[in-house]
Amino acid sequence: MRRKTFTGGGVHPPEYKELTEHLALEAMPIPEQLAVPLSQCLGRPAKPLVKKGSEVKTGTLIAEADGYISVAVHSPVTGRVTGIGREHSGNGSLQDVVLIQPSESQERDYLPPIEPESASAGELIERIRQAGIVGQGGAAFPTYVKISPPRDKKIDSLVINACECEPYLTRDYRLMLDRTFDLISGVRILMKILGLRKSSIGIEDNKPEAIRKLRETAGTDGDLEIIPLKTKYPQGGEKMLLKAVLDREVPQGKLPMDVGAVVQNTGTAVAVHDAVVNGEPAIKAVLTVSGRGIRKPRNLVVPVGTAIRDVIRFCGGIHETAARILVGGPMMGTAQHSARTPVVKATSGILVLTKEEISWGRETACLKCGRCVSACALNLMPTRLARLSRLGRFEEAGKLNITTCMECGTCAYECPAHIPLVQWIRLGKQAVLRMQRNRN
Amino acid sequence: MTSETNQTPTTQNRLQLTTSPHLHNNWTTPRAMWAVSAALAPSTAAALLFFGWSQIGILLTSILCAAATEALIQKLRKQPVTIGDGSVVLTGWLLALTLPPDFSLVSAGIGAIAAVGVGKHVFGGLGYNIFNPALVGRAFLQAAFPVAMTTWRSPNFADAVTSATPLGALKFDAAASALFPMFAGNTGGCLGETSALAVLASGVFLIVIGIVNWRIPASMTLGVLVFGTLIWLMNPQAHPSPVYHLLGGGFMLGALFMATDWVSSPVTSRGMWIFGLGISLIVVVIRVFGGLPEGMMYAILIMNAFVPMIDRFTRPRVFGAVA
Ligand code: SF4
Ligand code: SF4
Repeated sequence: MRRKTFTGGGVHPPEYKELTEHLALEAMPIPEQLAVPLSQCLGRPAKPLVKKGSEVKTGTLIAEADGYISVAVHSPVTGRVTGIGREHSGNGSLQDVVLIQPSESQERDYLPPIEPESASAGELIERIRQAGIVGQGGAAFPTYVKISPPRDKKIDSLVINACECEPYLTRDYRLMLDRTFDLISGVRILMKILGLRKSSIGIEDNKPEAIRKLRETAGTDGDLEIIPLKTKYPQGGEKMLLKAVLDREVPQGKLPMDVGAVVQNTGTAVAVHDAVVNGEPAIKAVLTVSGRGIRKPRNLVVPVGTAIRDVIRFCGGIHETAARILVGGPMMGTAQHSARTPVVKATSGILVLTKEEISWGRETACLKCGRCVSACALNLMPTRLARLSRLGRFEEAGKLNITTCMECGTCAYECPAHIPLVQWIRLGKQAVLRMQRNRN
Repeated sequence: MTSETNQTPTTQNRLQLTTSPHLHNNWTTPRAMWAVSAALAPSTAAALLFFGWSQIGILLTSILCAAATEALIQKLRKQPVTIGDGSVVLTGWLLALTLPPDFSLVSAGIGAIAAVGVGKHVFGGLGYNIFNPALVGRAFLQAAFPVAMTTWRSPNFADAVTSATPLGALKFDAAASALFPMFAGNTGGCLGETSALAVLASGVFLIVIGIVNWRIPASMTLGVLVFGTLIWLMNPQAHPSPVYHLLGGGFMLGALFMATDWVSSPVTSRGMWIFGLGISLIVVVIRVFGGLPEGMMYAILIMNAFVPMIDRFTRPRVFGAVA
């Protein structure tokens, strides 16, 4: 049988998953100090409800959502709030954090468990909102918003994103193997919310173990279809996934719900299960610590607010050869200049890469080889977009759809001239978006 | 940034802060250029085998003059000297392979200087040239030394008399050369095109490792077969068969090594098809109706000029584009 995938473009970077794929999820012990960011999604930061000296338990609400696109924050540990501080976020900007000093004894302050079978869709959505769950696929969008589409959008498909197409990362893979049952339970809760009888899990065919286990656990009801996809980066991009699984193309500037689909990540489905069935709010990040620069690569469950430095220490520290620390995967993740950056709900990986792994060469002029053009899964012209941005010709870049770019990094990965295409495109994108805002 | 608390001690000041992506497929400009150069080895070996070791002089002269020209120009312009990136060596090498055997070394050197000076640096250096530099050099020599450029000697294993190339022979003497020697290499022709087999093997290698985009040679082959057949059918006695078009006149060298030059060919997939078909149409027309049996060079140079326009009109449909 021909495996499904998206058409046109894409690349096959080395996977490096062998470093961690065989390692079951482990819980990391509570660190000495936590700095829990108030900003956990791409919208507004939450409003703090605690101040210096407040006593909190594991799961206590410490900050409430501020507006529609914003999520609640709960304390990941039992302890005392030592103040509100400032810390770098994964993308380098400064943000407010709630500083918490954990105490000796740990106590839970979870939400009451809900029986998913007897609960209404409304109750379930409300629980997901209360629990402060955000999308685990990268963009960190509040999950409850994604699953309550406006009434005029008819949703007929739920697709679970189990691609994990970023190299190195294996946390979704481990969730599929170590928490298969909870994952499937989470998917069924999401189906109930959306009023769907069927859903599909799109998974790349480089994970045969997980495909087998998911099929086994999903049973023979036929409500959950496991769809193996031909491995290709960036299949985990929502648009690419929908093209691969449903053969639907999300129009430019539109969302999956405009083609009747909702996409949720594996990790999100597990978080949904935890929040509903166990009443556990989103207080932990499941992440892969990997790269040749780290001594003991691992798949971890880490309390939100743990500094990446502490995670790295727990993984045996770094090798002399370490050259770069990333949050996220190597194709879309961000290099860190502060090892104090706290882990957030959506953190999927901490990578410590050596010079050899990064292997960027010297930039030369564009050779017009066209590799970036044929590699771009969205059929953009990266060479042209980067050049227009560099020249400040944003108007033209806008006409060539620069804002469609998902910054997947495929083009720059392919470029023999080592032009930082994504960096230029990102710059141009921001300029074009600014221009469009000013016009309106 | 307060340094001592910020980072684990051993990483201090060593962390690199570049943006995503952090991985690269490891191709670099120099690596690509050297890979193409390496792929010229079989054709070069065939040239030396069929025309004698002395031909190495042409090769060395061309490469050295090309490199020296680039170094000199970059020194004068106070730019970094980039002869190490392999592209100028490749230009010199390709030029040499388009020259007739026993070509004068002085002329070869002049051709290389023209290729690099006029073909590449007048436009602003690597990445900015519109025309394939090696072919610019060859065109220059064709204009300056028309006779020498079309004096072909038969290879070592044939009767050693001055002879025209197969296409020339067919054109001017209406005598057909045998197809198999053309394919293997035992026919007259310029150094690099003499063995279509060697060129083909190297070209396939470059396609497999992803340096050469298959669309250009594929469209050129298709085009030559279609256009060549049409014209041949009009008068099979007078016109060469399409197979001659494919095997002779530097077609393979042109299709796999010249037209596929990254800088001077289109970047879009559809553009590559148009480019390749355009070249094949021009080459068939020039060979059959023009006075020039070796139309490959002109066909590619002409289409080079259209590349910016082709790229502009063949932008792929953006994913999710409305209407
Ligand atoms: S980063 Fe943007 S332009 Fe580059 S391949 Fe991805 S979508 Fe295309
Ligand atoms: S891959 Fe790099 S060198 Fe090739 S066309 Fe794109 S930008 Fe230019």
